This record gives sequence, structure tokens and C-alpha cells, in this order.
Amino acid sequence: MKPYAYVRARSVEEATAAHAARPGARYLAGGTNLVDLMKHGVETPETLVDVSRLPLDGIEELPDGALRIGATVRNSDLAAHPLVRDRHPVLSQALLAGASGQLRNIATTGGNLLQRTRCPYFQDTAKPCNKREPGTGCGARDGIHRDHAVLGHSPHCIATNPSDMAVALAALDATVHLYGPGGERTVPVTDFHRLPGDHPERDTVLEPGELITAVMLPARTAGLPSAYRKARDRASYAFALASVAAVLDVDDAGAVRHVGLAFGGLAHRPWRARLAETALLGAPPTEHAIAHAVDAELGLAQPLRDNAFKVPLARNLACRVLSELARR
Amino acid sequence: MSASHAAPAQAPTRSRVTLQVNGSPRTLTVDHRATLLDVLREDLGLTGAKKGCDHGQCGACTVLVDGRRANSCLLLAVAQDGTEIITVEGLAAGGELHPVQQAFLDRDAYQCGYCTPGQLCSAVGLFAEAAAGHPSYVTDPTRPSGQGPVELTAEEIRERMSGNLCRCGAYPNIVAAVEDVTR
Ligand SMILES: Cc1cc2nc3c(=O)[nH]c(=O)nc-3n(C[C@H](O)[C@H](O)[C@H](O)COP(=O)(O)OP(=O)(O)OC[C@H]3O[C@@H](n4cnc5c(N)ncnc54)[C@H](O)[C@@H]3O)c2cc1C
Ligand code: SF4
Ligand code: FES
Ligand code: FES
Repeated sequence: MKPYAYVRARSVEEATAAHAARPGARYLAGGTNLVDLMKHGVETPETLVDVSRLPLDGIEELPDGALRIGATVRNSDLAAHPLVRDRHPVLSQALLAGASGQLRNIATTGGNLLQRTRCPYFQDTAKPCNKREPGTGCGARDGIHRDHAVLGHSPHCIATNPSDMAVALAALDATVHLYGPGGERTVPVTDFHRLPGDHPERDTVLEPGELITAVMLPARTAGLPSAYRKARDRASYAFALASVAAVLDVDDAGAVRHVGLAFGGLAHRPWRARLAETALLGAPPTEHAIAHAVDAELGLAQPLRDNAFKVPLARNLACRVLSELARR
Repeated sequence: MSASHAAPAQAPTRSRVTLQVNGSPRTLTVDHRATLLDVLREDLGLTGAKKGCDHGQCGACTVLVDGRRANSCLLLAVAQDGTEIITVEGLAAGGELHPVQQAFLDRDAYQCGYCTPGQLCSAVGLFAEAAAGHPSYVTDPTRPSGQGPVELTAEEIRERMSGNLCRCGAYPNIVAAVEDVTR
């Protein structure tokens, strides 16, 4: 590893200024992904700007009932927060489905959103990878890709986004708040992560030097029945093969008033299932209606040689979670 | 290298930090690349915390940072300036074994012992988390917040200890030892 400089930022302005002043700078939050990738030689920063002690570690309820989550709130604290558990259980469950107790104590909201793919070719600098080194090819496409994408992939990259938290945020219509050289802006979390297309090196729409300051959960989805379910190769401490985050609200007449459905482990970003949602809205969420809606969404899937199993896996997860929520 | 690169390249690559380690202040100069695990083992001679994978995947390096369990292999030492670190060497207060250490002895909760320091620190961390009412992935999600400590059933212990792998497969006795302490 090359030697590098280290700066601890005390304010958001100081952090972005330090980043802008130093070429090759990277923000350091918990470091559970960045330090790992530095050890692999995938990340080679010249300066680390430590943002982990910025005063962005609060969870605050706004007058309209929205919840503002600071970027440096630790994953464990977010999962245990009473307002998150009681009003947005899908988010608490998704966080608790990820990593381990130790890692969640270190990992932050901002870092979790920006964690890189777990594609083994991406993590191995001896292998071709368009995401790590554009133009070198995709090692996974004809290689080992059982864990890779079935939706929205491109000839250039078939990686998946590994975050559990982001899947719940997508189902909850969360927004990401950014501060950077160009000022402040807000992006819906469903537009924050990109599909790979011709530029798999860009995971998100974040501009160089931009800092995540907060994530906002809208009041609209607060208190609605919601749940997260994850399928993986072992019972705990493993990334998702497929996962489902769902929010479902049924009116007094028994018809779906609101539904938010997102898949994890299937695509380069949390996959918000808009087709399925449209099919479900306004009608009773019967077993048949749910299966029909989920099948419509997963009809878009283009599985690879070794990962077709993900389609029925995701289907069964989604049908089960939605049916359970419908019975609440 | 271009001129604009020159200034940062000359910026220091080492810093002075003070860590409270097992109750004593330790001030030292660390390379920015050094992890907390390497500083504990190489500079402070505390070899209890183990390097299993060095990538956050095994838990052998688990220590307590400001009372919370964490993987010391992924923490940069420079970023921990001012924190309080407890390693397995610091668990036995005043020569008396921590109850979980005693339980591991009583239950024979290891074979080679390599994962044990991490298991012990992790268990101490999880007791605090459960006492504070923090849920896990297997806690009933319909249980509202604010209901006090979470009961540590064997299922809860397995889930909460899943960040600590044991290559010898001593899991049944590890779960039993942790369960003993909660009774
Ligand atoms: C063994 C292992 C198992 C895991 N299992 C899971 C799992 O099952 N599910 C899951 O979801 N995750 C899992 N993770 C990943 C873990 O959740 C992430 O590593 C963690 O959330 C990253 O957060 P961090 O604060 O440590 O980020 P860091 O490593 O500090 O940062 C990650 C990236 O984000 C950037 N960054 C950080 N904060 C900001 C900010 N505020 N603004 C702009 N940029 C920022 C950094 O520059 C870096 O590029 C696992 C990790 C490990 C090591
Ligand atoms: S799937 Fe994407 S990340 Fe993996 S090797 Fe191909 S280009 Fe790289
Ligand atoms: S050595 Fe830190 S988790 Fe394996
Ligand atoms: S006792 Fe040998 S690894 Fe756990």
C-alpha cells in the first residue's frame, strides 16, 4: 500500500474543501469497505479525509413526520432506533440482515450506500474488470457469475449492488442529501445508484467530491406495514443472493392503496419493481394478484449461464413477503 | 508527477495518536496505513486479538472500541485517536476472569483457541447490545421498541455471534458458554 496523508474534518465545509484541495482524496467513514479495498489494491488514495466524526450522527424527526438520518449514523444505531423500528421496520430488518454485529457498529449510513460490488473480479487487480479498469473487459460474464445480476445488466458489467439497507430505502421512497462543490442537492435513492450501461465504473450519480450528508425517510411511508426478507448461502453473515423489501398499505375496502417493492441482489442497483406495483395498486392483494404482479416484473429478467435460480428465488421471496403483509 | 500532486505528496504520512488501551493511555506515532489490529499486536505487544482474514470476514480481531465490539483489522489506527480500546487482555478486571471467560473454560468452548479472544470480546459486546434492547435479525419484528433487554435465547446468540467464525467448529459449546452467562 502506498503511504497517504490523513485529514480529520470537523465540518461538512471543511471536508469538501479538503477533498477538493487534494487530488486522489477519498472520504473515510467507517472504513469497512474502503480499507478492505485498499488492502486489495483496488483503492489507492493519496489522502484520506476522515468524515466519521462530522456532526452528522443524529436521527431527527421533522415537523411533517419525515425522518432525517445523518450520514455518519452507525448501521447498528439506525437499526435499533425506536422511530425506525416502530415506523420503518423494513429498514431496521434490512440493516440487521447485513454483515455482522461488529461491522454494523462501524459501518455508516453514507458508507453503506456507497459500498462497492462484491464481484470477485472487481476485488482482484490481476483480473479484467470494466468497473475497476474501464476497457479491460468483464471477467465475470463468461466466468464465475452465480452471484451476479439478472436484471438491468449490460454487456460491460453484470455486477450487483451488495447493500441490504439500500433496498429498504428504495422501497421507502427515501431521498439522499448531498453537499459538494456545486452546492446542495437531493436525489431520490432510486435514482442515486446507476445501471452499468456503458459506464460501469460509475456506481452512482455522485459527483467527484460530493459528500452524502443525510438520508430522508418521507412521512408518506411511515407507519405502513413493511418487511425485509433475504436469501443467502448461510443463515447469517453473508451477502444476499436475492432479497425483497416491501411496504404495503391496504384500504378499508381491501384494495391496495400504496405499495413499494424493491429487490436486492438482482441488479446493479436496488431494483424498484414499478411494473409489479402498478399491477397491484387499486385491487385486493390476493395470492393470485401478487403472483401475477411479481411475475410481470421478473419477466424482465435476463439470467446468465449460472444464475437463473435467482428468478424463482426472488419470485418466491416477494410473493411470501407481500402475502404476509397483506394478511396484517 | 505534476506540480499539483507535489504538495499532498509531501503531507505527513504518519501521525501521533493517543489510545486508552485496557485503561492506560498509550501515545505513539502510527503510519496512516496501520490498522488498529497491527498497532495492538506489533507496537503494543498485545497479541490477544488475532489476525484471521484481515478483511472483516472472521471476527478473530474483535475488540471493544468505546464499549462497542468492532473488527480491529478494518479500523485505521490514526482514525481511532482518543478512543478507549479493550482487548481480551483487558477483560479480566483485577485478576478475576470475566464471567464469559470463566464460562468458556467451564464449557470447553474451543479447540485450538485461535478464534477465542474475538469470541470473548464479541460476547461482551453483545451482552451490552441485548441489555440496551437492540434487536437482531431473529428478534420478533413486531416487538415494539422500548421493551427493555432482549432475552438471549440460543437462536439470538447464534445470530448475534455470527460475525465470529470458528474453524474448529466449537460452536455448540460457544453458544452454551454465552448462554450460561445470561442465566
Ligand atoms: C465481511 C463483510 C460482510 C458484509 N456483509 C454485508 C451484508 O450482508 N450486507 C450489506 O449490506 N453489507 C455488508 N457488508 C458491507 C458493509 O455494510 C459496508 O462495508 C459498510 O456499510 C460501509 O460503510 P462504512 O462507513 O464502513 O464505509 P467506508 O468503507 O468508510 O466507505 C465506503 C465508500 O463510501 C465513501 N463514503 C463514505 N461516507 C461518505 C459520505 N458521507 N459521503 C461521500 N462518500 C462517502 C468512501 O469514500 C468509500 O468510497 C459487509 C462487509 C464485510 C467486510
Ligand atoms: S461484473 Fe462488473 S465488476 Fe464484475 S468483472 Fe464484470 S465489469 Fe467488473
Ligand atoms: S481478522 Fe479481522 S475479521 Fe478476520
Ligand atoms: S477454537 Fe479453533 S478456530 Fe475456534
